[in-house]
Amino acid sequence: MIPATFTYKRARSVEDAFDLLAAGGDEAKYLAGGQSLLPLMKLRLAAPEMLVDVGRLDELSYIRDEGNHIAIGALTSHHVLATSHLLASDLPLLAHAAGQVGDPQVRHRGTIGGSLAHADPAADLPAVVLALDATLVARGPGGGREIGVHEFFLGLFETSLQPDELLTEIRVPKPGRAGWSFQKFTKRAIDWAIVGVAVQGGNVALVNMGQTPLRAGAVERALASGSWLPEAAALAADGTSPSDDLNGSSAYRQHLARVLVTRALQEARSRDKSD
Amino acid sequence: MDIALTVNGSEVKADVADRTLLVHFLREHLDLTATKVGCDTSSCGACTVLLDGQSVKSCTVLAAQADGRAVTTIEGLANDSGEWHAVQRAFRAEHGLQCGFCTSGMVMAAVGLLSENDSPTEEEVRAGLEGNLCRCTGYHNIVRAVLAASREGQGQ
Repeated sequence: MIPATFTYKRARSVEDAFDLLAAGGDEAKYLAGGQSLLPLMKLRLAAPEMLVDVGRLDELSYIRDEGNHIAIGALTSHHVLATSHLLASDLPLLAHAAGQVGDPQVRHRGTIGGSLAHADPAADLPAVVLALDATLVARGPGGGREIGVHEFFLGLFETSLQPDELLTEIRVPKPGRAGWSFQKFTKRAIDWAIVGVAVQGGNVALVNMGQTPLRAGAVERALASGSWLPEAAALAADGTSPSDDLNGSSAYRQHLARVLVTRALQEARSRDKSD
Repeated sequence: MDIALTVNGSEVKADVADRTLLVHFLREHLDLTATKVGCDTSSCGACTVLLDGQSVKSCTVLAAQADGRAVTTIEGLANDSGEWHAVQRAFRAEHGLQCGFCTSGMVMAAVGLLSENDSPTEEEVRAGLEGNLCRCTGYHNIVRAVLAASREGQGQ
């Protein structure tokens, strides 16, 4: 399969990327690692007329300890996240989940910023940053702004990024020593999650249970009010309307959510070191 | 667009359509046909090559993205005197192939894995090859071959 014809431009700086995208008009799109976008283009489900490759903007690939939060450059690859000592000690949920994305080849190319901006509800990292209450930083020709992750995911493949904005950084508050877990159910290791769950302390986020990653609010409220773990986990699918597709019916996904939230909460509890 | 890259140690220059995928560039422009197109949906790993030493699925990389970089295919693994790479020898010794279709990608994924972890456990080998599918389901011997290559690399 070959993508529809497009023009390829490589950005040499963030400002160069803005200029190239502006010159490309409405049908220009940023390309990071390409591990989500290129497959869609090969299937002709996406057909941008121009790709502005930001994949070599090394200044957007970093993981920095900023005291109360970790700052992650948007072009940091899943492989780098998964093998980072800083993340392993201070943000183990993200390090672990990044190591579960796709397979080694995909993790070498794919980036956290690309995954978030692509906003596939079946992707792992959107739900993980939602569970971590991250703040996203976007830059455009007019300057930069911070976007709370709760305002970022608007719909299927839709975010609150403006057409001329580039996601540049993810800021994740350090979660302390509360327990965490990441669970996903796939038919094969390399597949998208049929359902996934990210837990950090009392935060519970769901993969592929709707048009966007979701926080399991009913579970979180039940836990906060002291409910027994199985009672809280039984509320995992409350208010969700997951899709029916070849991988599973909506009812099956709701069942999986309850099972996986149970496992995730149990694992998180076993890891909890906060007193 | 004009691209210039290193493929198996040789400088290569070409004028390719912007939408050219790396695997098609390797197979059709350079006649390096050991790299296979299997699923063509970045699932099976038959198209795995090394890009600057890291395993990638060349059906999901643009040739333009490899501009200025170094690509290694299985044709480039043997040394200058033609002696096979330790992973290739181990695949033969351990019978790590049946029909052979997945083999190029499996070997390249294994070379990439061992470059990141030179003494993996069996579990780490299985996880490290999760991006590669063998339609003959010959996984046991493939895993044995990677472990044998690892031991050889350790001088054991």
